[in-house]
Amino acid sequence: MPSATFRIWRGGPENGRFQDYRTEVSEGMVVLDAIHAIQAREAHDLAVRWNCKAGKCGSCSAEINGMPRLMCMTRLNQVPLEQPVRVEPMRAFPLLRDLVTDVSWNYEVKRRIRPFRPRAPDAPDGTWRMAQADVDRAQEFRKCIECYLCQDVCHVLREHRLFERFIGPRFLVHVAALEMHPLDVEDRTDQLKTTDGVGLCNITKCCTGVCPEGITITDNAIIPLKERVADRFYDPLRWLWRWLTGRGPKRREK
Amino acid sequence: MMPAGEPHDHDVLVIGAGGAGLRAAIEASAAGASVGLVCKSLLGKAHTVMAEGGIAAALANVDDRDDWKVHFADTMRGGQYLNHPRMAELHAREAPERVRELEGWGALFDRTQDGRILQRNFGGHRYPRLAHVGDRTGLEMIRTLQDHGIHRGIDVFMEFTVIALLKDDARVAGALAYDRDRGRFHVFRAGAIVLGTGGIGRAYSITSNSWEYTGDGQALAYHSGADLIDMEFVQFHPTGMVWPPSVRGILVTEGVRGEGGVLRNQDGRRFMFDDIPEAYRAQTADNEEEGWRYTQGDKNARRPPELLTRDHVARCIVREIKEGRGSPHGGVFLDISWIRARRADAEQHIKKKLPSMYHQFKQLADIDITKEPMEVGPTTHYIMGGVRVDADTQMATVPGLFAAGECAAGLHGANRLGGNSLSDLLVFGKRAGEHAARFAREHGRARIDEDQVAAASKEALAPFGKSGGEDPYALQRELQEKMQDLVGIVRNEPEMARALSEVERLRDRAARVRVDGNREFNPGWHTALDLGNLLTVAEAIARSALARKESRGAHFREDFPDKNTDLGKVNFVARKGAEGRMQVASVPLPEPRPDLRQVIEANQ
Repeated sequence: MPSATFRIWRGGPENGRFQDYRTEVSEGMVVLDAIHAIQAREAHDLAVRWNCKAGKCGSCSAEINGMPRLMCMTRLNQVPLEQPVRVEPMRAFPLLRDLVTDVSWNYEVKRRIRPFRPRAPDAPDGTWRMAQADVDRAQEFRKCIECYLCQDVCHVLREHRLFERFIGPRFLVHVAALEMHPLDVEDRTDQLKTTDGVGLCNITKCCTGVCPEGITITDNAIIPLKERVADRFYDPLRWLWRWLTGRGPKRREK
Repeated sequence: MMPAGEPHDHDVLVIGAGGAGLRAAIEASAAGASVGLVCKSLLGKAHTVMAEGGIAAALANVDDRDDWKVHFADTMRGGQYLNHPRMAELHAREAPERVRELEGWGALFDRTQDGRILQRNFGGHRYPRLAHVGDRTGLEMIRTLQDHGIHRGIDVFMEFTVIALLKDDARVAGALAYDRDRGRFHVFRAGAIVLGTGGIGRAYSITSNSWEYTGDGQALAYHSGADLIDMEFVQFHPTGMVWPPSVRGILVTEGVRGEGGVLRNQDGRRFMFDDIPEAYRAQTADNEEEGWRYTQGDKNARRPPELLTRDHVARCIVREIKEGRGSPHGGVFLDISWIRARRADAEQHIKKKLPSMYHQFKQLADIDITKEPMEVGPTTHYIMGGVRVDADTQMATVPGLFAAGECAAGLHGANRLGGNSLSDLLVFGKRAGEHAARFAREHGRARIDEDQVAAASKEALAPFGKSGGEDPYALQRELQEKMQDLVGIVRNEPEMARALSEVERLRDRAARVRVDGNREFNPGWHTALDLGNLLTVAEAIARSALARKESRGAHFREDFPDKNTDLGKVNFVARKGAEGRMQVASVPLPEPRPDLRQVIEANQ
């Protein structure tokens, strides 16, 4: 059987380094298979997250030859095997060990976003009526598997480290899913402008490029949210109205 | 002196954050309890995300002939009447409300023309019953519960693994866990504990389950003195991927067949028509045309034989493969692309209804399912057996210990219908959370016994610093291969007896297991610790399967190929006997109430 070299990041934040491992490759193998083979044979303590191995849980995010990807969905026939395959942890998040990073920030961010609040039920039995077309729009965003690859590639987080001021593409998608949910009556536009930092995104679309679920993050989620903020806070007529009446921007009732 | 571990204190501790655990935590919290939620992986990654087809609930949105009684009768028939009738009743009655509640928490199901929740056909369900979102229903469900749950004040402990339940005399007092990150021990003191740990799939080599499913809940309960029941009933899902080798076992949803997909052997024959069980003959189509009309919503048509129960479909596939009519890579063909002959919009329709199947095959196998057939074969998917619980409260035979979802038993009997798992998680997760909160309120905290903590931590650290010793990965693989070969879909006494002696041998070797490296995020150590649980459930499966000398539901014995009337009246219970040895005994089946019996008879 042919074999290939995997150059895998080993160690913690202080003493990390790349280490080469050779392993056999067979038809249909994905990078995660190679990692598992190396772990079972010679690196028992190689730290890696994974669960479903079918691109549905978003656990095995890593950078493969510099590209943020799911290891379970990256087939070896998609990467050149003549040279070592570089596998390293997501670089935007603090490293724990080997391929595992501390992604707890993401969970804190989500808790800060105002939760779903439905309108009163449409029918006496407490149920709602929704058209499939309206459902489809939010369903695109609800496909998100929370792999955080979009967070990893986003330069506002990765290079500029603005974790305190920007919630990142994943959570803008989350806000979009809530805002475009046919039943939701909560208003998050003020949050978008302030704590969410939607203005910091300058639409390079890197996030859309790495999304394993193919969500059109920038065009379908972030830009409409930016428009909501612009419409509410920067519309010149509204600005004039506020200046004349002395009324500040109010939370919109939907 | 062993460090005792960082202390935590809650009214209710929930172990596992899949559908059942999350729903239990939400309910316990709503009842006013302080709740700790411990999960082996990150929140939202549990196996529930893999559920594809849908949630079974008799909403009657698509066919108004449906109601809880038909759902109840379908569930009992599918379980070959070994189900706990009260659990099957509660499940069928309460599932619709649990689904509507999920919608109120933000779940967005596919819709009917008039804007209500759409329902799809599934194996063993008489009417279209599965609320769904394309083929990613599990993700929708877990994300809805997760996003609702994080605003309820629940303390979530991600990447924590519980290794022992702590007891105070008869009742449960707490749990000992380690965190993956640092490998530190934690002592959780709690008034009540809910197990929602899922299944045992990692006891087999071909499985749809992830690394987490090592029978933790079943083993923790067993070692704390609780009864396990129906452990011989392991569901082999008929359609897992078979090629390429690295994806073997990954699930292919039953929804493919619900949307009109058909099974064929290498001769192109729809072999499912060749063997339709008597109990289902009246409601199964006897020609291809009628089967197709059923999948397209014709209420007068009967369902195609591809939608018979999973146990039966899996055995038919095994038969085709064994008799040399399989596909090139040892499976059979599952074809949805043929519907192009029937629908002009077939390609778009398939992508809309089965998007993740489309991507899964395209990316992992270079197969375009809108144009060519898939190759599929059985994969270990689910265990019907598990912790024996009270039907109404979900309390195990150990006071203060509750269980819900896959790790509990009773609802599904000898075979689970597709779609009944997600509803199980919701209905009994809620009940477990509610009753655990009540138990904690009424009984307060129990005493933590430091000796139990010290003993369990010492045992957990034993694999470090061993020289020589056994490789945990190799041991796990050997166990999986033995279970696959000897206690798989087709069973017999000599093979299972051999499996038991293999389990004994592996247990001796596991006592000498060696771990390299340190305690920080060390999968080698975690694999070593999971071994004990896997061995416990493997033994329970093999012993129960040996005891049931008949074939029923998912349990098929070639040395006893028929049903036995007497064994149809009992469940088998596995419990820890004197000197710590596992004992298996038969217990009489709970009698259905007369009104439930009537419902079953009326729906024959």
